[in-house]
Amino acid sequence: MITIVDYGVGNIKSFVNVYNRLNIPVKIAKNSLDLEDAHKLILPGVGHFDHAMSELIKSGMREKLDELVLIKKIPVMGICVGMQMMGNSSEEGSLEGLKWIDASIKKLDETKINQITRLPHMGWNNVYSTKPHILFEGLEKEALFYFLHSYYFECNNKSNILAKTEYGDSFTCAAFNENIYGIQFHPEKSHNYGEILLNNFSKI
Amino acid sequence: MLRPRIIPCLLLQDNGLVKTVNFKNPKYVGDPINAVRIFNEKEVDELAIFDIDATVLNNEPNFSLIERISNQSRMPLCYGGGIKTIEQAKRIFSLGIEKIALSSSVVDNPNLITQIGNQVGSQSVIVVLDVKKKLFGGYEVFTHNGKKATGIDPFKFINNAQNLGAGEIVINSIDRDGLMKGYDLGLIERVRKTTTLPVTVLGGAGSIAHIAEVIEKNGIIGASAGSLFVFKGPYKAVLINYPNSQQKNILYKKVNYENKK
Repeated sequence: MITIVDYGVGNIKSFVNVYNRLNIPVKIAKNSLDLEDAHKLILPGVGHFDHAMSELIKSGMREKLDELVLIKKIPVMGICVGMQMMGNSSEEGSLEGLKWIDASIKKLDETKINQITRLPHMGWNNVYSTKPHILFEGLEKEALFYFLHSYYFECNNKSNILAKTEYGDSFTCAAFNENIYGIQFHPEKSHNYGEILLNNFSKI
Repeated sequence: MLRPRIIPCLLLQDNGLVKTVNFKNPKYVGDPINAVRIFNEKEVDELAIFDIDATVLNNEPNFSLIERISNQSRMPLCYGGGIKTIEQAKRIFSLGIEKIALSSSVVDNPNLITQIGNQVGSQSVIVVLDVKKKLFGGYEVFTHNGKKATGIDPFKFINNAQNLGAGEIVINSIDRDGLMKGYDLGLIERVRKTTTLPVTVLGGAGSIAHIAEVIEKNGIIGASAGSLFVFKGPYKAVLINYPNSQQKNILYKKVNYENKK
């Protein structure tokens, strides 16, 4: 079973829909009691970094999540702003992140983007996995995913990088630290490629 | 590398899908849920769905229909029609929609762009402008399905919308709608020079060659179409269609990635 953290920010329904299609049971957690039996988590997120962080804190789930992720070490995957919250801080806001992966969230450098359209980075782009990992099994070649963001996750420790994408500069679009995974793009809206990735996560 | 987006645009009226010509004479083309299922199979880049009744009839967005559409969709969805408040926008997001399209409400109150963007993220706030050519040059923004003239210059409005934190501009040519004779390339060029935001163009596409043309001239752009993806043949028989990955790869080759400053 996969538990999806619902703190009022993010497209919870899209994940439920994919896992329903895959016949993998899901549960939606709206408070720390709902998290009691969790053994695998998805942390979605869209929108402004500070808004997402403050809503997560308001939901009362943060402490329980820290316990599950940092002490019990259950697998967790953050998506989009859900990934960015796993870092230390973001140029988009002033609140501290969860600090689960040593990373700083930075704005994509517009001066490096050699075209009229700059930000947000919107649409389908290649994802190149930089090391073999079960999360990207079957996605090693020419996997395309849907992106919608202006900020990215810069790992302070390069060994945390799992995959990269090019937009202007090359940036980290997937990162991990032991049981903790972050994905910048939207597997829940990326057709078959996304389904493969979400299915892979269920097997971790 | 980033691909241009090829986006079917579906119009909702009375729980069904319709297609217009010059924003008039809506013709029934089918059931929205069924269409979404077919577009899933065709692995479309994105789907745009606009409720053309909501603003005109002063209705709320049809949340239950939006939810049923979203439940079926494996691709990114943009919804527009009747959104006036932050609460409505947030509710639509919670149903699994990635992008919120705003038109008449932000023409009346541009600050709504910032207010909604602060909550849901500005990258998800899409400004849609329906425009008509003016008799003596230039363009004007219309709302209420092309019935209400606003006196607003679209290029000035786009500039302002970017400053207010919009995430994308959709420019829809009322003059070209449903005619399938090609996009208004002059209009598109002016919009592109006005903003660094992603731009999606709508109105006039009648063939893949029209999409190729707009990509060749503009590189990374959203090329959207209604009639092209729901009609087939000279008698406009309803048949949902979309380029396959091979055809798309040919279109991507039209992008000049080196020289697009």
